[in-house]
Amino acid sequence: MNFETFSASTSFVHQLDARVKLLSGLGLVVVIALGRAFPTAWGGLCLAICLVLAARLDLGQVFRRLLLVNGFVLFLWITLPLTYPGITAFTFGPLTFSQEGISLALLISIKTNATVLVLISLLATSSLAALGQALVQLKVPAKLCLLLLFSYRYIFVIHQEYLRLVRAARLRCFKAGTNLHTYRTTGYLFGMTLVKSHHRAHRVRQAMVLRGFQGKFHSLHESPVGRNEIGFALLMLIAVAFLVGLELINRISA
Amino acid sequence: MIAPPLIEINDLSFSYPAVESPILDRINLTLQYQQQLGLIGPNGCGKTTLFHCMMGLLQPQSGTIRFKGKEIRESGEFFTLRKEIGLLFQDADDQLFCPTVIEDVAFGPLNLGASPKAAAEAAHQTLGELGLEHLENRVTHHLSGGEKKLVSLATILAMQPRALFLDEPTNNLDPETRERLIAIIRGLGLGYIIISHDYDFLAATCTDLAGMKAGRIVAADHSALHTHHHVHPHGAHPHQHGDH
Repeated sequence: MNFETFSASTSFVHQLDARVKLLSGLGLVVVIALGRAFPTAWGGLCLAICLVLAARLDLGQVFRRLLLVNGFVLFLWITLPLTYPGITAFTFGPLTFSQEGISLALLISIKTNATVLVLISLLATSSLAALGQALVQLKVPAKLCLLLLFSYRYIFVIHQEYLRLVRAARLRCFKAGTNLHTYRTTGYLFGMTLVKSHHRAHRVRQAMVLRGFQGKFHSLHESPVGRNEIGFALLMLIAVAFLVGLELINRISA
Repeated sequence: MIAPPLIEINDLSFSYPAVESPILDRINLTLQYQQQLGLIGPNGCGKTTLFHCMMGLLQPQSGTIRFKGKEIRESGEFFTLRKEIGLLFQDADDQLFCPTVIEDVAFGPLNLGASPKAAAEAAHQTLGELGLEHLENRVTHHLSGGEKKLVSLATILAMQPRALFLDEPTNNLDPETRERLIAIIRGLGLGYIIISHDYDFLAATCTDLAGMKAGRIVAADHSALHTHHHVHPHGAHPHQHGDH
């Protein structure tokens, strides 16, 4: 398991402080998600592509992620044109496709891809540890940040514990089938994984308390917000304002 | 006046809820400042429980724990003890939870109020002393078992403790890492208690040995450690049992 496909690189975007990236990402995603006009969506997509290029990501990997997301979007293309009321665009046998349905599906597709690309280029380019730290500094409740960081750290351990149990079952000739024995064994497997994870969490907490932990994380890295961060933040602010402007112009003229 | 021992335990008893026989049965144990004590005993005889009671993780039903002559009971008082005594867990995965090695080693000093710069400095120095500086920026869960164990030790040493409790430190270590651990522990010049099944390891690191059996300490009075020559399969092949 590796979640950090994109975080190890040295591009300009990678080196930016995670706080700035988080905030700019939030701004862009909100505007793109709430926009109802095509120019806003297209603008967002262009901007997202620029960000991906600026981060010099492996385009093959990015494309693979997009495929995954667009698998869901495909369902919209199957259902929306058929079910959304409006002017008939064309008919295919007994099926009628509405113009409004098609344009809505297109709008959602653009917005989805733009959002995912923004998140890949801004968030996935920081390590999860840096993101967690940034969230703490942005005054997100400490408990939520801890949950995020610990889930990340221990998901590997829990996964390994699960695999160990599966291996133990397999070594004793367990084969999954459609029978009560399989259901019971699967139940035991998940149950045991849960119990073991719980015990693990308990021991980790003990180890932390012994090293003086009192509920607050202190950061080792002080990352001052430098000229690059301010410049990038300004650029993103202009981009957000531009998208909002596009949206407003389109809504007034519509 | 004779200075009180570092830790003194009197008549400590502990039992887990819903278990009839106590896991610790009126334990008496002292650790002097520089004493190096090995604790040996079968599985389930209460060795780990004893450590956890001594560190305040578990609340004993009766008995007293004195740290530098002062009785400690509440968690606030245990904080002072924990600053000066480091416990190394059996499973290093329980101990390492930060994304990178350097952050994990700096975690303790940061909690004790060191500035980020001083904490990083302390972590860097501790890792250097253990010959682990090359691991500094590695991700903790990608380390090998032996590396995890040594880094766990570093996380405790970075807090500059006066004494250590080591819970089966040689479990699952290869001979080379085991030898390295022996050299490190010998070179620390600290007092410690080591729980282990590994007689050879205790012989190499401890001056005193106590046994534990069914929740009681047996033969705690300065037993002389010695090695036995023995016969076993593959004995004719060249092999080592540790240099002592």
